Amino acid sequence: MSDPLLSVRDLRVDFPTRRGVLTAVDGVSFDIHPGEILGVVGESGAGKSQTGAAVIGLLEPPGRIAAGDIHLEGQRIDRLSQEQLRKVRGRKIGAVFQDPLTSLNPLYTIGRQLTETIRTHLPLSEAEARDRAVQVLGEVGIPSPADRLDAYPHQFSGGMRQRVVIALALCVNPRLIIADEPTTALDVSIQAQITALLKRLCREHGTAVMLITHDMGVIAETADRVAVLYGGRLAEVGPVDDVVNRPLHPYTEGLMACIPTTHERPPRLAQIEGSMPSLTAMPPGCAFHPRCPHAFDRCAAERPPLFDHPPSAAACWLWAPEGARATERAAS
Amino acid sequence: MRDGNGAGAPMVTEDEQAVLVRLRGLSKHFDVSPPLLSRLLEGKRRRVLKAVDGVDLDIPRGHTTALVGESGCGKSTVARVLVTLYRPTTGDLIFEGTDLGRLTERQALAPFRRRMQMIFQDPFASLNPRWRVGRIIAEPIRAHGLMDDDRAIAGRVAELLEHVGLRAGDADRFPHEFSGGQRQRISIARALASSPHFLVCDEPTSALDVSVQAQILNLLRDLQRELGLTYLVITHDLAVVRFIADTIGVMYLGRLCEVAPADTLFARPRHPYTRLLIETVPDLRAPDRDRKPMAGEVPSPLDPPTGCAFHTRCPLAAERCARDRPALRRDADGAVACHAVEEGRLPEWGR
Amino acid sequence: MSARASTTWSGRLGDALWRAWDSDLTYSFLRSPVTIVAAVVALGLIVASVAAPLIAPTDPFALATVDLMAAFTPPVWMEGGDPQFLLGTDDQGRDMLSAILYGMRISLFVGAASVVFAMTLGVGLGLLAGYAGGWIDALLMRVADVQISFPAILIALLIDGVARGILPREVHHEMALWVIIFAIGAPGWVQYARTVRGSTMVEKNREYVMAAHIMGVHPVVIALRHVLPNAMGPVLVIATIHLAIAVITEATLSFLGVGLPPTEPSLGTLIRIGNDFLFSGEWWITIFPGVALVLLVLSVNLLGDWLRDALNPKLR
Repeated sequence: MSDPLLSVRDLRVDFPTRRGVLTAVDGVSFDIHPGEILGVVGESGAGKSQTGAAVIGLLEPPGRIAAGDIHLEGQRIDRLSQEQLRKVRGRKIGAVFQDPLTSLNPLYTIGRQLTETIRTHLPLSEAEARDRAVQVLGEVGIPSPADRLDAYPHQFSGGMRQRVVIALALCVNPRLIIADEPTTALDVSIQAQITALLKRLCREHGTAVMLITHDMGVIAETADRVAVLYGGRLAEVGPVDDVVNRPLHPYTEGLMACIPTTHERPPRLAQIEGSMPSLTAMPPGCAFHPRCPHAFDRCAAERPPLFDHPPSAAACWLWAPEGARATERAAS
Repeated sequence: MRDGNGAGAPMVTEDEQAVLVRLRGLSKHFDVSPPLLSRLLEGKRRRVLKAVDGVDLDIPRGHTTALVGESGCGKSTVARVLVTLYRPTTGDLIFEGTDLGRLTERQALAPFRRRMQMIFQDPFASLNPRWRVGRIIAEPIRAHGLMDDDRAIAGRVAELLEHVGLRAGDADRFPHEFSGGQRQRISIARALASSPHFLVCDEPTSALDVSVQAQILNLLRDLQRELGLTYLVITHDLAVVRFIADTIGVMYLGRLCEVAPADTLFARPRHPYTRLLIETVPDLRAPDRDRKPMAGEVPSPLDPPTGCAFHTRCPLAAERCARDRPALRRDADGAVACHAVEEGRLPEWGR
Repeated sequence: MSARASTTWSGRLGDALWRAWDSDLTYSFLRSPVTIVAAVVALGLIVASVAAPLIAPTDPFALATVDLMAAFTPPVWMEGGDPQFLLGTDDQGRDMLSAILYGMRISLFVGAASVVFAMTLGVGLGLLAGYAGGWIDALLMRVADVQISFPAILIALLIDGVARGILPREVHHEMALWVIIFAIGAPGWVQYARTVRGSTMVEKNREYVMAAHIMGVHPVVIALRHVLPNAMGPVLVIATIHLAIAVITEATLSFLGVGLPPTEPSLGTLIRIGNDFLFSGEWWITIFPGVALVLLVLSVNLLGDWLRDALNPKLR
């Protein structure tokens, strides 16, 4: 396989507060290859948004990267100065957030916002930048883009606004797009349009996408690989089909089972008892062990590392080389 | 549990026994005109938002009816009219045989309000942050004067807390000490406090994580079985509807386009909009990785299209659809408001 | 209205105290040295003025103790100073320290009373406007718009003037304190009303308020029990800053000579009286009351600023 585009190793994000340091992301590692869509899923507080924010260098203070490293195309980007980071962010990484309104300046026309972004990062004249803006707006499916350049963000509907944000993220041809809940604020029929758009652009331009969402349905239809976070830690990572249909980690297993589908009506939904521990009260050992139906002594005592079981990997003692499930799988 | 259906209860026919709530031609319009001064000086016109525009629906006793649709379709407004937060603009809202839309006195509504409660979407906004949980859950008991002895109320609160899976001692804590799922349980306990027959659940799990969503949906289903409750569930999530609902109504721009038993609706959806919804919802078990999404967006409810409101996005739209508004026609499989269905132009459903 | 009788009141008090100590407010307070100094100064001044009859060396209003012979005694550290009069005396031989303590007492009373008056009126009208909406809201807010376009001091002068005009002289003399409180407090309601109206309109659409409506709780009860307590947060901030403004306004009116009668000298009155002697070298008669006024207003203002920032979740 080619060299990864983005490589995150043992990332830790800390939030020093008056009640002590909260570790929002704890030892997370993953790669994204060129043209790949990596889904990052987890429930609220699992650290998925903080992971994305750490990669683009937009952690809200007092949050900071406390350990680990992030490489983009072989260049280490977690130690860059604000100024250098801004250049990388604009040129190589684009961002799409949940609420399109916060990503657009309500006082400027979308044409001005696009051309300014383009000219900051690409050596183009004003006229060339405008042409490029029209082209990108057309690509993201804005009808008659040349006429819409002089419109303000509020003149677009929610779905169209999200397309404009995607155009803004794409206009300088970045290598990676970080999309944090890009469809959560949208209606289902619009949601499908936006995910289809992301997939098409990714395919056509070879752009990689880190798709952060809580919606497993969106992941199942969009992502190539998926990373499952729990309590700020990576529980499992693997190809989307394997993670959904043949999960390794008991948490992933429980999560997939409790999602209702439109295809069947069970008398009860499977449920994971309890709720995710808060960052202030992380249990020792495996973060999931108090809720885990398969937990044994070791789970409460020692934190499991990520065990490789191609094509996936899971942080669970059941999957240690001598673990129950690993031996079971080896035998079969 | 007490039953407040004392003297003065109207005689009910057998049909009314089966139907708890009956909506007939229900409409709710909001005046969203600019202020008087702008209308006078700038010549702006009055604007009326027809949030709900002529809805007919029967909610059978002891079952779950769901309303689905995208934002702005009026499903939440229907819910709020039902629990008497809004007064209907026109049409009938018949609850257990009485037209609540015609009751003007607060006191006259009180006995009906005791028998209906609501569960809200946002578990962070639905509980008064300054009240202890015990006081929150006791509020309906006190409001309806069901008990006045503090110890009896405390006992009932403890019982309710345990019923929804919390501890009796949680009554002394404040809402901010609980997680989203636990708060939704508190909200459910409050809704059950006056022993209602009818629960309106407005997006009860949309703000919750999936693992917590499963817990709450299971709890709602258990409570229905134990207490014989009637539910109206409002949601945009078709998978939730599939799990919880017996009958489903699909709304688009303030109107019902299709009503059918849940199994029928998912097996043979007829209205093109229902089909669009079912087709576009991403499904974990059967992901469609090459889907062609339907173009277009929901028009503004302030300025809905003429004729059938869906004709601007409908693949089957004909000239008549832009002109005549289709009526909701009942048949063996449910009810549909679509000219194409009526004219037999509907293609086979194959998903 | 407690839902549970199981916990004792002392237990609840302990809980509440612990929550107050453990709160974000305490945390941000302890991290701001300026605020701590301001709080100590403000608290010191307030306690000193409330306890003036107990701690002041003399009673400046008791004519028997005033010695005209001691007039214009300079502060104790200057030549001719008298240890009996730490900050010197005024033209009538009154002890300046005592006069300031008593004057501050009057200033603070007038300030606090006008704040309470403006707050009660403003919170009530704001709650009414926000909760009732419709034409009541439109009417009240237009009145507020008109009122806010006049400077507060002008309205206070007008009210004071009208009161002097219509009340018989003796009655006005007796009522002067209350007239001033009314004159200073009345223009202040607008800010409270606007703030409370805004937060009321936010709170009344929250789901817990809807839940109470569905239960059939009386709208007035909902407004008072649910909406009002949750809409009061910003009011505390306005009240603190308003206290400083009210004290200044009272001082200005008294300085102009239209405030309180000289028999009840507030800080403003003291400054006005002293002003006459500023150029003849008896500077202490006006400077010390002035310093007291500045310290009081500054410390209260700093507290208000801190409170505003500490309660604003966006700045945290």
